[in-house]
Amino acid sequence: MSIAKLTGSAGLDGGQRLAVKYFVVAVVLFGAQILFGLLAGFQYLNPDFLYGVVDFSVNRMVHINAMIVWMLFGFIGSIYWLVEEESGTEIVGLKLANLAFWLFTAAVAVVVLVFLIIQTGPGNIESIWFINEGREYIEAPRWADIGIVVCLLIFLYNIAATFTKGRWTGIGGVLVLDLVAVAGMYLAGMFYTENLSMDQFWWWWVIHLWVEATWEVLVGCIMAWGLIKTLGARRQIVTTWLYIEVAMMLGSGILGLGHHYFWIGTPEYWLTVGGFFSALEPVPLVAMVVHAVYDSGVHRFKSPNHPALAWLIAHAFGNFFGGGVWGFMHTLPQVNVYTHGTQWSASHGHFAFFGAYATMNIAVFYLAMQKWRGNVNFGVGLVDNGWKWKWSLGLLNGGVLGMVMALLLSGYDQVFIERALEGSTWSGYFRAQHNVWYLQGMWWRQIFGYMTAAGFLLLVWDLMTIGVRETRPAVFHTEAAEHAA
Amino acid sequence: MTNMPWWASEDFWRKTAIWVTAGMALVLIVLTFDTVAVITAGHSRVPAYEVINKRIYYRMNTKRQFQEPVIGDDAPLFGKMLSPAEAEAMVSHGKMTLQARNCTSCHTILGNGAYYAPDLTKAWLDPAWAGESTREKLMVQFLMDPVTNARGFGGNRRMPNLHLTQDEARAVVAFLKWTSAIDTTGFPRNFRPIAQEGDR
Repeated sequence: MSIAKLTGSAGLDGGQRLAVKYFVVAVVLFGAQILFGLLAGFQYLNPDFLYGVVDFSVNRMVHINAMIVWMLFGFIGSIYWLVEEESGTEIVGLKLANLAFWLFTAAVAVVVLVFLIIQTGPGNIESIWFINEGREYIEAPRWADIGIVVCLLIFLYNIAATFTKGRWTGIGGVLVLDLVAVAGMYLAGMFYTENLSMDQFWWWWVIHLWVEATWEVLVGCIMAWGLIKTLGARRQIVTTWLYIEVAMMLGSGILGLGHHYFWIGTPEYWLTVGGFFSALEPVPLVAMVVHAVYDSGVHRFKSPNHPALAWLIAHAFGNFFGGGVWGFMHTLPQVNVYTHGTQWSASHGHFAFFGAYATMNIAVFYLAMQKWRGNVNFGVGLVDNGWKWKWSLGLLNGGVLGMVMALLLSGYDQVFIERALEGSTWSGYFRAQHNVWYLQGMWWRQIFGYMTAAGFLLLVWDLMTIGVRETRPAVFHTEAAEHAA
Repeated sequence: MTNMPWWASEDFWRKTAIWVTAGMALVLIVLTFDTVAVITAGHSRVPAYEVINKRIYYRMNTKRQFQEPVIGDDAPLFGKMLSPAEAEAMVSHGKMTLQARNCTSCHTILGNGAYYAPDLTKAWLDPAWAGESTREKLMVQFLMDPVTNARGFGGNRRMPNLHLTQDEARAVVAFLKWTSAIDTTGFPRNFRPIAQEGDR
């Protein structure tokens, strides 16, 4: 592979050159997520492994934080990628945007080093400011929180100003409103209180309203744009679908927040509100599947970028099954009182985060690589028959699905023994953890974890090599379709 | 395109998206005001911090059909009655320690966190602490040196030594005692609490 092709970025616009930087960091963090997940998973099987050196708590924290951050980097990159094309003008404030990227990346590196080396601090406010906030998913210390918000605001400024200067499209409008919410919601997680119920009430505003509302809308926007790119789907149809999805997603997801307010000291009306609205949450995800499959069918799967299209379809199904079905399985309070805080949640978490978000980011990586290589064909007749992307697609999806099923089996076992039989005591907890079926699930999870890691390595190899020897130009259907509309 | 029905139009769905989102956000804001008032410490469902001066039971309420915390007689923590301000400071120190020592990357509390170690919501009431008279001492000992005092429960998964000071360990116990008095709408279900004086 020539250096020019690696660093060339010929033909990319300003936003896209920045996006590639975000994608590179995203892929590195994706790798870190998998590595630390494997370490943590292995500690379930052999608790002495790295005990007292890099304890489970550290591995697990890096595992989930790397995930959150690589997904954010992927989304931010995706939006920088599409903003100039979508708005029809040059990006506004690119220098500031580049500065924000380096700040964000440096902050992430420092936080990870502190997590790995210093790990914990004394029980005072300084620890929370500089070492570890100790709240799941947002463990980053307070100084980094402030940095994240500043970077998100710069990002918001870039995107809003660019659309204002160029043209506002439906996708652009939804995107910018959503980014206001993404930045705003994060503020809800940036204060200390000794009241645990209050703490968790606002903590869920970040976790749920990000993951199950604003992020879903974000990927809805990227999906809409992706369908136009990969299939040449008609903009009017895609935009109308996007509005329908937003209406259903936020119509169910905002009050679906209530399913986290069953057991944290909050009033009992949340059982009804949370149960009802979260039961509706799968509906928009069904709509997204219909949308993606319908559009693919109408265009007879003719796409100049097969890997991207395959990952978009993986997204549609992964989002529906991982978020929708797996979420619904334990969202009703009558079920959740038993399953809350067990490996059921881990099963759902793995499936939903991968299915809804990892897939979408990978799709955009392939779209980006295509343009990077000079808009060559990524469709029919790829060199080597595209075995690398096909195998990595299979290994990653198969690996995650295997982990999901294994964790679900362990989860069932845990719920049955710890909660139903043993009355949720500590001895009941350990009786479940030591049960042979539970452990069997944990072994399978680990094996499928290795499979996922293999898929990841193949993905990286493929992204670095796909299209390098390809010379045929890609045939895009977009413009013709736009004219027809 | 001229024959497009109103329900298929882009404009209709844009407006619908805006109104639905605004409506739901409004409902959430109203409910948030109500909930925040209810979960303020000392209100109906979340106890005041000085509850750590009292005995806390976890009993079935036949009307609600699940267990709920019941506040009993004086049972000062570490033998000392605390003023409301002292109690709050101690609980706060415990919560801060819980965060700074990253406890929820192994444990869950109120069911949220990681699944590598047992849930802490009712830790204060767990029968693992043998009896009421030994509980405080065992908890502090364990927190300060979990390796030597490992309980094990028949496996080799152990808590690492996080080097809590005695003050921190006592504060964590205070925080967990306070937490056990939160009304969690019956979570965890069927919990079997430690035997305490005054049990019916």
